[in-house]
Amino acid sequence: MSVVAANPPAPAARSARPGGWGRRLVIAIPYLWLLLLFLAPFLIVLKLSFSTAAIAIPPYTPVFDLGAGWDAFLAKIQEFTTENYAWLAQNSLYWRSYLSSLQIALISTVLTLLIGYPMAYGMARAPAGWRPILVMMVILPFWTSFLIRVYAWIGILRREGLLNQFLLWLGWIDAPLAIQNTNTAVYIGIVYSYLPFMVLPLYAALERMDKTLLEAAADLGSTPLKAFWRITFPLSIPGVVAGCMLVFIPVVGEFVIPDLLGGSETLMIGKTLWSEFFTNRDWPLASAVAILLLLILVVPIVLFQNQQRKAEEAGR
Amino acid sequence: MPHCLARLPLAAAILAGTSAFALAQDRVVNVYNWSDYIEESVLAEFTAETGIRVVYDVYDNNEIVETKLLAGGSGYDLAVPSDANVMRLIQAGALQPLDKSLIPNLANMWPAITDRLAAYDPGNEYAVNYMWGTTGIGYNVAMVAERLGDAPEDSWALVLDPAIASKFADCGIQVLDQPDEMIHAALAYLGIDPGSTDPDDIRRAGDAWKAVRPYIQKFHSSEYINALANGDICLAVGFSGDILQARDRAAEAGAGVEVAYAIPQEGAQMWFDSFVIPRDAPHVAEAHAFIDFMMRPEVAAANSNYVYYANGNLASQSLLNDDVISDTAIYPDLATVERLFTALPYDPRTQRVVTGVWTEVKSGG
Repeated sequence: MSVVAANPPAPAARSARPGGWGRRLVIAIPYLWLLLLFLAPFLIVLKLSFSTAAIAIPPYTPVFDLGAGWDAFLAKIQEFTTENYAWLAQNSLYWRSYLSSLQIALISTVLTLLIGYPMAYGMARAPAGWRPILVMMVILPFWTSFLIRVYAWIGILRREGLLNQFLLWLGWIDAPLAIQNTNTAVYIGIVYSYLPFMVLPLYAALERMDKTLLEAAADLGSTPLKAFWRITFPLSIPGVVAGCMLVFIPVVGEFVIPDLLGGSETLMIGKTLWSEFFTNRDWPLASAVAILLLLILVVPIVLFQNQQRKAEEAGR
Repeated sequence: MPHCLARLPLAAAILAGTSAFALAQDRVVNVYNWSDYIEESVLAEFTAETGIRVVYDVYDNNEIVETKLLAGGSGYDLAVPSDANVMRLIQAGALQPLDKSLIPNLANMWPAITDRLAAYDPGNEYAVNYMWGTTGIGYNVAMVAERLGDAPEDSWALVLDPAIASKFADCGIQVLDQPDEMIHAALAYLGIDPGSTDPDDIRRAGDAWKAVRPYIQKFHSSEYINALANGDICLAVGFSGDILQARDRAAEAGAGVEVAYAIPQEGAQMWFDSFVIPRDAPHVAEAHAFIDFMMRPEVAAANSNYVYYANGNLASQSLLNDDVISDTAIYPDLATVERLFTALPYDPRTQRVVTGVWTEVKSGG
């Protein structure tokens, strides 16, 4: 989701001296990108969410015929229905799916932050010659397909899997642990898969920090811990925010990980959406689920960004 | 319905092996079939004999193929969806009627199967059966014997009686995530007509599943193959062919896991995977040629001997290996066949009830 990028260019760019065509073109490209890849698909899904499922090609009505003229268009508009949204509101399943997805995303984001921050901190404080290698190691898993990596976790977490065999061998457990097909496995899969998205922005924020600030703090009698909380952490907040957004937003709609690693207790909106679309062949209802998911995510993000901008402007 | 682990090397080999033909002439057929569902050499023979290049693509669930064909413009000339999907695709106008004069080998078909398929495809105008099977119970022989004692394995009570199912909670039960089939199975267990469209009956079936839901590890339509083969679970409600595949994989692995398949005595649903030609198929003549080739007795037999599924081709039966034709899990005996049922897809209103009930079962709501 390109929601984060949806903010218009900073006001400074707008109030600058009137630029030529080149400048306008540069500004137009991101807007064109958003129009094509975000707004157009969004409108198609929005339209679908007001349609009715049908046994036909495509499997919904109404279908617009652009050549049929304005009156035909208006007639088709009359066929729109809000039934799908009413169905969503009546069935607790959808709300429970949304809430459960938000909960899983929130917990995973916190876990990823707790694990990712020390990693990024260590990387940023490593000797300069090592850093490119460390960054490389964070990126390296991307060279393998995401799907294969999640499949690999099945091999590790399953009943007779590597982890259980290892723990049995150590003598820490007497019987294999049931991890595969539980929410625990989902959390492990999510934290593993999304860790680089947390580590990289954090590393970028920490690495460019001015280290003389810490020296000054030490000179003025601050303990390292106090210096961390009063200098390092506040300066890394943009990285924390970026990392949390990059993890939280896609995890809410995650499908592959709960499908492969989760069990009957795992309820996530991505799976609900999949079964509406594929198993039940109800494209309109699936679209309504998607639109609602977008609203649930976009509204808080926009509010948050507005507040951030105000805070930044006030700080200047 | 075979699943999983698409034979990528197969597809690659076909593409490489036939690219020379592509230069010489341009007859192509785009086949969209289940993964792991064909004797590979058959495709090369077809190309060698007819000069038609086969572009072979695979899927692992009916939902994908139905969605692609319903969206239109899939580019495929042939697909192999299952019964209820075939019926809906016909209703949606997504398929074209077959030109039977181009498929003389239809004379080899098995009327027992063709007649049952006609329930979904009236007059057998759109679909030619490729393979068929049943939806039943796959189980880990040792784990089940240990917990069940001498009680019979061939009963839906194994998963639907809470007193029995609870014994298997620790070793794992997986159930197909297929609302229609699972409601039919529960109705058969309850002694109600599996084809019932009475909402009260459907709710009763849902209640039967809800009663055992705490013991069910996962609702998924393909993961049980690997899980059974690896000994990770002890019971799975699944498609016969998939479970037989798990049985063979477990035997090949030699890790001491023995998997078996049971057709429940209360009745089990039959399924039929059949060749169909999409309405907008670009190579209609080639698609017919492919179906005709696949319906040759020796080709149908080669496929069944390889994939261990029953086919709809009567003339092929004398050419089948003994471990295929005499395996009652593949070709059930007559008494068992009597207990098999077919069920038509639900009308849209009933479908929403079924979907709703099944979603409640899965989400524990």
